[in-house]
Amino acid sequence: MDKFTTLTGIAAPMPLVNIDTDMIIPKQFLKTIKRSGLGVNLFDELRYDREGNEIPDFVLNQPAWRDAQILVAGDNFGCGSSREHAPWALLDFGIRCVISTSFADIFFNNCFKNGILPITLPQEAVDALMEDARKGANARMTVDLENQTVSSSDGQEFHFDIDPFRKHCLLNGLDDIGLTMEKAPAIDRFETQMAQARPWI
Amino acid sequence: MTNTTAGAPRTLYDKIWDAHVVERQEDGTCLLYIDRHLVHEVTSPQAFEGLRMTGRKVRAPERTIAVPDHNVPTTWDREKGIDNEESRIQVEALDRNAREFGVNYYPVNDIRQGIVHIVGPEQGWTLPGMTVVCGDSHTATHGAFGALAHGIGTSEVEHVLATQTLIQKKSKNMKVEVTGRLAPGVTAKDVVLAIIGETGTAGGTGHVIEYCGEAIRNLSMEGRMTICNMAIEGGARAGLIAPDETTFAYVNGRPHAPKGAQWEAAVSWWRTLYSDPDAHWDKVVTLRGEDIAPTVTWGTSPEDALPITATVPAPEDFTGGKVEAARRSLEYMGLAAGTKLTDIAIDAVFIGSCTNGRIEDLRAAAEVLRGRRLAEGVRGMVVPGSGLVRAQAEEEGLDTIFKEAGFEWRLAGCSMCLGMNPDQLAPGERCAATSNRNFEGRQGYKGRTHLMSPAMAAAAGVAGHLVDIREFAAVTA
Ligand code: SF4
Repeated sequence: MDKFTTLTGIAAPMPLVNIDTDMIIPKQFLKTIKRSGLGVNLFDELRYDREGNEIPDFVLNQPAWRDAQILVAGDNFGCGSSREHAPWALLDFGIRCVISTSFADIFFNNCFKNGILPITLPQEAVDALMEDARKGANARMTVDLENQTVSSSDGQEFHFDIDPFRKHCLLNGLDDIGLTMEKAPAIDRFETQMAQARPWI
Repeated sequence: MTNTTAGAPRTLYDKIWDAHVVERQEDGTCLLYIDRHLVHEVTSPQAFEGLRMTGRKVRAPERTIAVPDHNVPTTWDREKGIDNEESRIQVEALDRNAREFGVNYYPVNDIRQGIVHIVGPEQGWTLPGMTVVCGDSHTATHGAFGALAHGIGTSEVEHVLATQTLIQKKSKNMKVEVTGRLAPGVTAKDVVLAIIGETGTAGGTGHVIEYCGEAIRNLSMEGRMTICNMAIEGGARAGLIAPDETTFAYVNGRPHAPKGAQWEAAVSWWRTLYSDPDAHWDKVVTLRGEDIAPTVTWGTSPEDALPITATVPAPEDFTGGKVEAARRSLEYMGLAAGTKLTDIAIDAVFIGSCTNGRIEDLRAAAEVLRGRRLAEGVRGMVVPGSGLVRAQAEEEGLDTIFKEAGFEWRLAGCSMCLGMNPDQLAPGERCAATSNRNFEGRQGYKGRTHLMSPAMAAAAGVAGHLVDIREFAAVTA
């Protein structure tokens, strides 16, 4: 997993609420057995018409936001299916950070496993950043994970909270599985106890 | 976070959580032991690939259960294989992974194959007090047994395969109580849609919901699974219902349920699994069972749920970001504000899915259809949730009722719930569906989904438009 330290880049505004994972990556692209290559189909049904032509109005098709690395989105982003293809598609497109007033739990979790930083901020802050994102390619936002801040292009700074363990893993690009494998003795002990307390399991 | 010191009153969630903590860090992050890991073909290939690349094994193959469901054809010529190459590769990958890593496996041609959330309970893999995970958000279904069950991403699937644990922080406790008795014609599906209509799709975010109250207690296991199945549509990763005699009766005798002395020991532990009277709740929602009407959705979010007696709302009826979302929904659904819900004409009926693909659901739909036919121009499809549900329904003659009513009778799978196989809606086609998601494009590109109970979906098929099952039964019975 890639480390996440600081990121300065273009932010795309997506004010729609309840953007679900079916919208982020429709089901026809879940048939892959790989993690990579999903970026071209990110937001597929919003981004392309039936013939595969780009829909010019869609934000990521507009010249200003084609290279966005940050999304500023409406409430309850990532609701619905647990598909990790959603963060894979975001990542493959180049999005490393999503900012919203709230996220669905499973999507939120999945982001951290893939080096994407989901940031929850209060409504006023998201509104201000949404405005800033609308300015397009001339306005670059900066996300500083170490200091837990997002700065808009006009210098407004917002502090965000993050779980310390997740922050540590993101900053260092650490893989959970390796960390947990080191705890095998504790897991062995638990299994021994469980075999006595709840043998039917 | 909820206080879980010894002796303090605890919720059901607290109790199951405490029984599975392998290790707790200072900041409250826990390593949680996982009793059952269910696996399907869509969210697992990258996880198995990860194991292979790192030379890791599946730590507890005996606790891991794999079954293909999303991509499998539901047509009767299924043994001839899967036409779509990518779908076939995905199912073949599961086949190979299941055998190579030695996990429990129900292949496509096994009578026990079906939707993973139907197979788990049916085979007795799902038991009260367990932790159950699957790379699928509707894992919440298993909470109906008083098991802590939730969906995980593929990275977490790999984590559980390798370590049989998950790194978790505790969620908050939310109680949803449905008091009193349900009116005739009102089912578990109506209850859960009404709950989501009330709380919104983010109402349960960050929480584990326990459903309780007389109306919930009186539900069968099938009904309880329908309720917990849609906990995720209310934003909660997990929904729970405390186990009771109804639960024990359902579990007893299932292939993987404990037997003999172990059964006795298990039941005596299971009887301690309830929320203590003074337990702390972070959020409480109460609905009166008597007030719940048959409920349907009009839009493209499960929270767009209204009593069948209502009319389609206008964007101006909402506030904030929901105004734009509602405008978009109405356009997508091709509906005008002010239209009576019962005036909405449909083209298709889908009966199935892990929400309503169990035997009781098929019985309810068949009951409505007995001696009736689908309206002119309406197509219907019934997809049992598992091969065993299908066999049971055929034994009861339900397949004949469906076929005589003009429905297609299919083999088990997810089918048109998400249309990863060829079972899809055509653009603009409007469907009365018993599944759980009405998102844009869910059942097919530009397809339009109205969620409802099996009886309501069957009745809509006969009438050719959405109907109030209470009046339908009265007029035509
Ligand atoms: S039936 Fe639908 S909701 Fe259930 S597991 Fe299959 S695709 Fe998911």
